[in-house]
Amino acid sequence: MPTADNCRPNPEELLRKVQADERRESRGRLKVFLGYVSRVGKSYRMFDEGRRRKERGQDVVVGALQAGVTPEISQILKCLDVIPTISARHAGRDYEVMDMSALFRRHPAVCLIDGLAYDNPPGSRNPHRWQDVSELLDRGIAVISAVNLQHIAEQQDAVERITGKRAANSIPEAFLSEADEIEVVDAPPDALIDRTAVNAIPDSRKLAELRELALLLAADVVDRQLQEYLDAHGVAARWGAQERILVCLTPRSNAAEMLRSGQRNKLRFHGALLAAYVEQPELPPRDRELLDKNLALARDMGAEVHALKGIDFVDAILSFAREQRITQLFLGHTGRPNRAWLARGPIDRLIDAAESFDIRLFPHGSAS
Amino acid sequence: MSAPKGKLKVYLGYAAGVGKTYRMLEEAQEMRQKGVDIVIGYFEPHGRKETIAKTEGIEVVPRRVLTYAGSPFEEMDTDAVLRRKPAVALVDEFAHTNVPGAERVKRWQDVHAIVEAGIDVLTTMNVQHLESLNDQVFHATGIRVRETVPDWVVDEADELVFVDLTPRALRNRLERGVVYAQEKARRAMENFFTESNLTALREMALRHTAHEVEERLDAEAAAGLAESPDEAPGDLQPVRRPERILICLTGRPSSAVLIRRGKRVADYIHAECLAVHVGDVSHDSEAVERHMSFARNLRIETHVLPNGDVPDSVASFARARGVTQIFIGRSAPLPWWKRYRESIVQRLVRQARDMQITIVAERRR
Repeated sequence: MPTADNCRPNPEELLRKVQADERRESRGRLKVFLGYVSRVGKSYRMFDEGRRRKERGQDVVVGALQAGVTPEISQILKCLDVIPTISARHAGRDYEVMDMSALFRRHPAVCLIDGLAYDNPPGSRNPHRWQDVSELLDRGIAVISAVNLQHIAEQQDAVERITGKRAANSIPEAFLSEADEIEVVDAPPDALIDRTAVNAIPDSRKLAELRELALLLAADVVDRQLQEYLDAHGVAARWGAQERILVCLTPRSNAAEMLRSGQRNKLRFHGALLAAYVEQPELPPRDRELLDKNLALARDMGAEVHALKGIDFVDAILSFAREQRITQLFLGHTGRPNRAWLARGPIDRLIDAAESFDIRLFPHGSAS
Repeated sequence: MSAPKGKLKVYLGYAAGVGKTYRMLEEAQEMRQKGVDIVIGYFEPHGRKETIAKTEGIEVVPRRVLTYAGSPFEEMDTDAVLRRKPAVALVDEFAHTNVPGAERVKRWQDVHAIVEAGIDVLTTMNVQHLESLNDQVFHATGIRVRETVPDWVVDEADELVFVDLTPRALRNRLERGVVYAQEKARRAMENFFTESNLTALREMALRHTAHEVEERLDAEAAAGLAESPDEAPGDLQPVRRPERILICLTGRPSSAVLIRRGKRVADYIHAECLAVHVGDVSHDSEAVERHMSFARNLRIETHVLPNGDVPDSVASFARARGVTQIFIGRSAPLPWWKRYRESIVQRLVRQARDMQITIVAERRR
């Protein structure tokens, strides 16, 4: 399997990586249970894991509970130490704030914290509970927590489009992505509807949409973790589970059709859409204009546009495609017969070299 | 007049030991407590104590013993399950291949028979057994999974539940000997259950479950629209020429990759999928026939075109059938002294300039 050239990190990058690793070494581990809606059972799963760890001899405490503890959870809580939260009242609202100094003093191995997206009242040590969690981690305490999709800041627009509602409090997606482990708590919508009083949760179609969103979010986080793992272990980037489409733009290719198709594929596969062109120093003004138009179109259609440098078009595209773990390469016919005696055109050469991605050739069409 | 079909629910995981069977049994116990008539059609205990404990109180339909090559093998007694006719039957390991001599080759076919008889079935499988992911799994893990289930079988399930566990937690379970006996566990962790393999498989399972959820949403939307055409929302997709994918088969081994890839793309973009072979079936006919029947198993319509010029025949067949995309494998490399000749791919590319052509990579590791 070919490896990308020039992938050796520079000294600063290495130093940063070493420091990050050191920080991670002494830091507590964070595990988050992710649910797509409330009542899916993520708190239960979290406390159940706490119970099992305690049975295996780990020092487990509960740092925060959520209102409305179910009978199953109270059953588990009987065998766990709970560090009571501090009740506070602010502007007519009741709050439950984690007792950070008690937790620091107690310094458990593992702390269970429900309601990761909880907001503390003004004047607290930290405005948000996830920041409290971060402090516990910094002190070497492992945290197991649970959060719902509607509380991930970057997902809130999408959730609102589905449910028409927006949760007031949220955590940054980066906090979730940096967790050492996330576990998805999945259940079919119908099971939830049976389990809950009617009207308390969205209808089954909305639930299915939320469920899909949560699964894809988790897949993206897992994908990043996989790439990090492979990088850290010196394994070359490889063909992943996600479809990654690269549209090759040239001045005279049928960019609109390729990009439209690329966009459709991106949506259907929940993949990534990239577009790239190889810089040419002496492009005639007319071609420059056409290329710029194509690039603008690519950006409009949500493609990530890259300018590639290289003497040879084919080599530049190939190494970029490998580095980016491309699974489909979109390429247009040039519109002129490309074959001279014994000469292999760029398309032939790309086909010969493409071992890890498909090449889709598009008709020339009537690109202007 | 036949009874309405039963419902099929699949617990999907990404490796042995993530807790699929446990989750299935938990649900079975809940049902039993509600008074549902539920039996175990097949259960694979793997010596896991917590899981075995969860079967308590659930009636078991005894397995049947088949003798093959002088050794006894136990399989689900499908006829006995059908005779017992419970409301719900639990059937572990959906992707299992039955021992030769059983009525059906695959357990999923047994399950089908049970569902057809109006019995609901709960079953378990791992994502790597899905036919469409076979190449991806091989690429990510180096393991070619032989026991596969065609995707349509899972697509037709009424419900799919993803059973998650983080790779770290799974490896801890292995270390503690929960999943396999110690020695087997150690070997497993060095081979298949590496952190990168597990992470890659888990990502596939997450993406696949998301895809299945979306497919069901699309199907529901389409059904809803057909029922009430007046209420069609205005922001529907513009009418496009329906996509039709044509796969060019040969007897070469890479055709299997080509078929899976073409079908996977077709499934995702909701395209029709056809496959064609040009020529003389007598020449490497056995391999061609195998690929054709593999394609048909995946519900791809297959055609054989009379012997002739391959690019010509394929291009005109494609035009006649309104194909929008042709899928073809790379030609075998020619020796350099023959490089002046055009390959079939090159000629097809030249002749079907009005169509999209996808040249599929073999994706060797």
